[in-house]
Amino acid sequence: MRILRALLLMLALLIVPQLAGAQTFPPLSGRVVDAANLLSPAQKQQLEALSTDVGNVAQRQFVVATIPDLQGYPIEDYGYKLGRAWGIGQKDANNGIILIVAPNERKVRIEVGYGLEPIMTDALSQTIIDDQILPKFRAGDMAGGIMAGAQAIAEQMKAPPEAAEARVKAAAAQPQAARSSGSSSDGFVAVFWIFIILFFVLPIVFRGARGRKYRGGRGPVVLWGPGLGGGWGGGGSSSSGWSSGGSDWGGGGGGFSGGGGSFGGGGASGSW
Amino acid sequence: MKFRAMIVLAATAMLSACGINSVPTAEENAKARWADVQAAYQRRADTIPNVVATVKGSAASEGKILTDVINARANATRVQVNATDLTDPAKIASFQAAQNQLGASLGRLLATVEAYPDLKSQENFRSLITEIEGSNNRITIAIRDYNTAVQAYNTRIRTFPDAIGAKVFYGAKPMVPFQAQPGAETNPTVDFGNTN
Repeated sequence: MRILRALLLMLALLIVPQLAGAQTFPPLSGRVVDAANLLSPAQKQQLEALSTDVGNVAQRQFVVATIPDLQGYPIEDYGYKLGRAWGIGQKDANNGIILIVAPNERKVRIEVGYGLEPIMTDALSQTIIDDQILPKFRAGDMAGGIMAGAQAIAEQMKAPPEAAEARVKAAAAQPQAARSSGSSSDGFVAVFWIFIILFFVLPIVFRGARGRKYRGGRGPVVLWGPGLGGGWGGGGSSSSGWSSGGSDWGGGGGGFSGGGGSFGGGGASGSW
Repeated sequence: MKFRAMIVLAATAMLSACGINSVPTAEENAKARWADVQAAYQRRADTIPNVVATVKGSAASEGKILTDVINARANATRVQVNATDLTDPAKIASFQAAQNQLGASLGRLLATVEAYPDLKSQENFRSLITEIEGSNNRITIAIRDYNTAVQAYNTRIRTFPDAIGAKVFYGAKPMVPFQAQPGAETNPTVDFGNTN
C-alpha cells in the first residue's frame, strides 16, 4: 500500500507542473470576445455575422478579441498562446485567425493559424493593420478600426479558391496520422490493462473474496488506468483538450467553440 | 490475499508503464519539434538575400555590414543538426552560435537602415522587414515548443517507471534544450585568447 501511494504521488507530481504556472485567458464566449468593452452591441452583432459568414463560406474560424490586459507579455507571445488555448481553427487544417486588440497596451495583432499562413501572409497582415486599422485607432476610433480590419480579414478569408484549403488539409492529414499515434498507444495500454485485469487481477480478487470480504479492491485499477494511459499523452499540443469540439460550431449557431487549430507565430503586429 | 493483489497490481503497472511506447513517442515528438526549429531558421535565412539585395540598392556604402550578414548566413546554413544528434550538446551549441551570430549581424544591418529614410519608405523593404520579424517570432515559438518537448522527453526517461524501459530497451540519452532566446539582441561573446 505504501508503494502504491508513493507511485501515485509521483504521478501526481509529474502531472502538476504542466498545469501550474498557466497564463490566464478570457473565456471563449463567442465569435467576438469583447473583454475590453470596445464595441457596442450592434457592432458586436455585425462582427459576429461577419465571422459566421467566413465560417459558412470558407470553413475557417475567425475570432475578434479585445484584451484588457496582456499580463506583461508581448502581444506576439500572448497571441499564439491565446490561439492555442482557444483552439481556433479546425484541427486538421489549423485554419483559425484572430484579430487581437489590446487597447491599454496600445497593441494590435492579426494572429494567423499555421494553415492560413500562405493565404494571410505576414506582409498582408501588416498591410491590413497599417492601412485599415491603425489610422482609425490613432484617431481614437477603436470600434471603427476593429470593424475595418475585420472587414478586410473577412474579405481575404472568403476570396481565395477552396482548392488551396483542400490542399492544406490534405497536407495536414499525414502529420496528423503520425501525431495521433499517441492516442493509439493509449488504446494499446487500455487493452493491455483489460487483459491484466481479466486474467490476473480478477482471479486473485475472487479467490480472496471467497476467503474473506474484499473491500475497495477496484479503486487502484480505476486510478491507474487513466493515470498511466493519459497522463502525458497530450503533451505536445496545448489545445488538445478543446479539440473534441471538431465541427459542431457550424451548425447550431448557438454555441461557438474552437476546433482545435494551432498557431505558430504567423501574422503581424502594430502599435499606435 | 489483499496484499498479494497489490503486489501483482504494482508489478503489472511497472511492466506496462516502463516506456515501451511512450519513450519513442516522446522522442519522435521532440525530433519533430526540432524540425520546426530548423524550418523557422531556414525561413529567416531564405528572406535574407532579398534584404541584402534591397539594402545594397539604397545603401551600398554599408558594405562591411552587408558582407558580415552574407558570411553569417552562409555559416549558419552550413551548420545543421540531424535529429539523431540532438543528444550532443556540442552540436546544438555550434548551431545556436551560428544562428545567434546571424541574428546579431542582421540586427546591426537593420539598425543602420534607420539612417536611410528612402529605404525605409520602400513598400518592398517594409514587407521584407515584416517577413524577418515574422521569422524571428516563429523561431522563438518553435524553440519554446522544442524545449517543452525535450523537457517532457528528458523527464520521462529519467523518472520512474519509464526510466526502466528507456534504459533497458532504448538506451535513451537526454536531449539538449536551447539555452537562451536567440535574436538580434544577443551578441556572441568574443574570446580574445587571453585565457592561458
